[in-house]
Amino acid sequence: MAFFLETLLGGLMSGMLYSLVALGFVLIFKASGVFNFAQGAMVLFAALAMARFSEWIPGWLGMDNLFLANVLAFAVAVVVMFVVAWLIERLALRYLVNQEGATLLMATLGIAYVLDGVGQTIFGSDIYKIDVGMPKEPVMMLESVFEGGILINKEDFIAALIAALLVISLSIFFQKTATGRALRAVADDHQAAQSIGIPLDRIWVIVWCVAGITALVAGIIWGSKLGVQFSLSTIALRALPVVILGGLTSVPGAIIGGLIIGVGEKLSEVYLGPYVGGGIEIWFAYMLALVFLLFRPQGLFGEKIIDRV
Amino acid sequence: MFYRENGQFKTSYKADQQAFAIPQDRWAIVAIVVFAFIGVPLLVDEYMFRAILVPFLILTLAALGVNILVGYCGQITLGAGASMAVGAYAAYNFMVRIDGMPALAAILLGGLMAAAAGIVFGIPSLRVRGLYLAVATLASQFFWDWAFLRIKWFTNNSSSGSVSVADINLFGWTINSPTDKYLFCLGVLVVFSVMAKNLLRGNMGRQWMAIRDMDVAATVIGIRPMYAKLTAFAVSSFYLGVAGALWGFVNLGSWEPAAFSIDRSLQLLFMVIIGGLGAISGSFFGAAFIVILPIFLNQTLPLVGSLLGLDVSIALVSHVEFIIFGSLIVFFLIVEPHGIARLWATGREKLRLWPFPH
Repeated sequence: MAFFLETLLGGLMSGMLYSLVALGFVLIFKASGVFNFAQGAMVLFAALAMARFSEWIPGWLGMDNLFLANVLAFAVAVVVMFVVAWLIERLALRYLVNQEGATLLMATLGIAYVLDGVGQTIFGSDIYKIDVGMPKEPVMMLESVFEGGILINKEDFIAALIAALLVISLSIFFQKTATGRALRAVADDHQAAQSIGIPLDRIWVIVWCVAGITALVAGIIWGSKLGVQFSLSTIALRALPVVILGGLTSVPGAIIGGLIIGVGEKLSEVYLGPYVGGGIEIWFAYMLALVFLLFRPQGLFGEKIIDRV
Repeated sequence: MFYRENGQFKTSYKADQQAFAIPQDRWAIVAIVVFAFIGVPLLVDEYMFRAILVPFLILTLAALGVNILVGYCGQITLGAGASMAVGAYAAYNFMVRIDGMPALAAILLGGLMAAAAGIVFGIPSLRVRGLYLAVATLASQFFWDWAFLRIKWFTNNSSSGSVSVADINLFGWTINSPTDKYLFCLGVLVVFSVMAKNLLRGNMGRQWMAIRDMDVAATVIGIRPMYAKLTAFAVSSFYLGVAGALWGFVNLGSWEPAAFSIDRSLQLLFMVIIGGLGAISGSFFGAAFIVILPIFLNQTLPLVGSLLGLDVSIALVSHVEFIIFGSLIVFFLIVEPHGIARLWATGREKLRLWPFPH
């Protein structure tokens, strides 16, 4: 039982991280109808920027304070992601309005290549580490309930907390602020939003920027766990089942989908994996999402698909 | 002036319905095929065959398969590499496990296996479509990647995980020199292209196109979406499977699952979108573009670097390659979202009038 709970909690925590990446997809898809395959590349880019700036800034300023260096690096990385968002809108997206979904998908793949190339040219292509002072040692919990208690990785726990915090603040931003309202209006209907005077291009920059910041947070969390390296850009592929499970247009869907996928992956790997040779978590998430899709083609919380001839 | 159909009157239904109704087109195609079979082997050196032409032919075949599904039936797939893998590994298993199996038969059987797998993984297309389907097809990609890596039976228990095959023997013709490989692949490609051309203008192709344009409307006029979509998946996967088997048998000789990873799927999708969705010629243009561009960049970038007096490291070259490749793709999509085939079609319209303005 304790082992089961441990696996479950581990799944929930990694699920939270998937939600974070999935959130980036959903934000952009809702606002601009672009299925952003570059989200993974953005995570890598942001993490690289963070890792390198936190290395460089102490040298430039001649100071020796880890906390301050990290804060500054974070600020610089946010600015970098803003510039990236602005450039993407300016150079690519604005010319691709009203294209088909597949064309836009390919365009974001092109953007992903560019981001990968630029990121590694500027920041280098070795493995870097991000040290934001995450505690590494595991803690025991619920020792009074179970014999031996359950082991929880503190780092995962904090990461999940940060992710939850970000999700909550994003929802407040979307629901309560004027910009958030404008974003939702654009998501609902481009033309109607434009006709009441919402500037589309600025909204897109904001959306890409927000997606960039979620990418940055995801990059920092994953990067401090696994090190910043090229394979970080593949976590977008891990988050894709989350997106279709939750529905491409639903923010709560991304969160709940992430949790379901995270738990499903961990449980399947632990309980099913040994029988078929292990490593099944990569495709199991997709299969899980597929089974859901067979019953609800629009995902858990997606808008109902209505066809008219 | 040279490309006008004025005065060419069709006097029978047969003449009206042939694959290339305009004689200029017909002769141009025949000339290109003859040149490819006879002219190219005389003109080109071994490096060209090995590095460019053989990969180009095989990937064109694969792009044809993707185009059938994405361009003609409107079902986006990101699992093309998996179909190639199924074809390659199935063909390998037929070769290894059955004594005296002819290689050509093994390749075709590999294609059939890929078609069967394609049907199974095409089932979600009956419920979901568009981008949801694209992600759903990734399931097949990751499943087969995993299967060929972890299930030892598929690789005949090879310890390194990579499999290899001997040279193909086709009715006494051993295919081992680059020229032989080129001719063999060219032959297969020509046969499959003719097949695709005829399939697409027949009953089945029209059903696919109806589904692509509006599947609810297609259902209303009596097209069974299940039959149409699954046949598209089957035919497309068959093409991909044969291409995959050729890629393994002819181009690589020995291979690992990584040869058919998600990058391959994305590359194939790039080909059909840059080449032109819903055009057979688009597969050729797209494959040429995607195969040649990286080689071209790889060759020229160090030269440009040395001209500018920069010391260009290999890592930098590969990064700059990424950047240029990515930006060219975005550029192409912005300038001509319908692909190179559309450029070619526009050019042909211009050619009909040339040199007169109207």
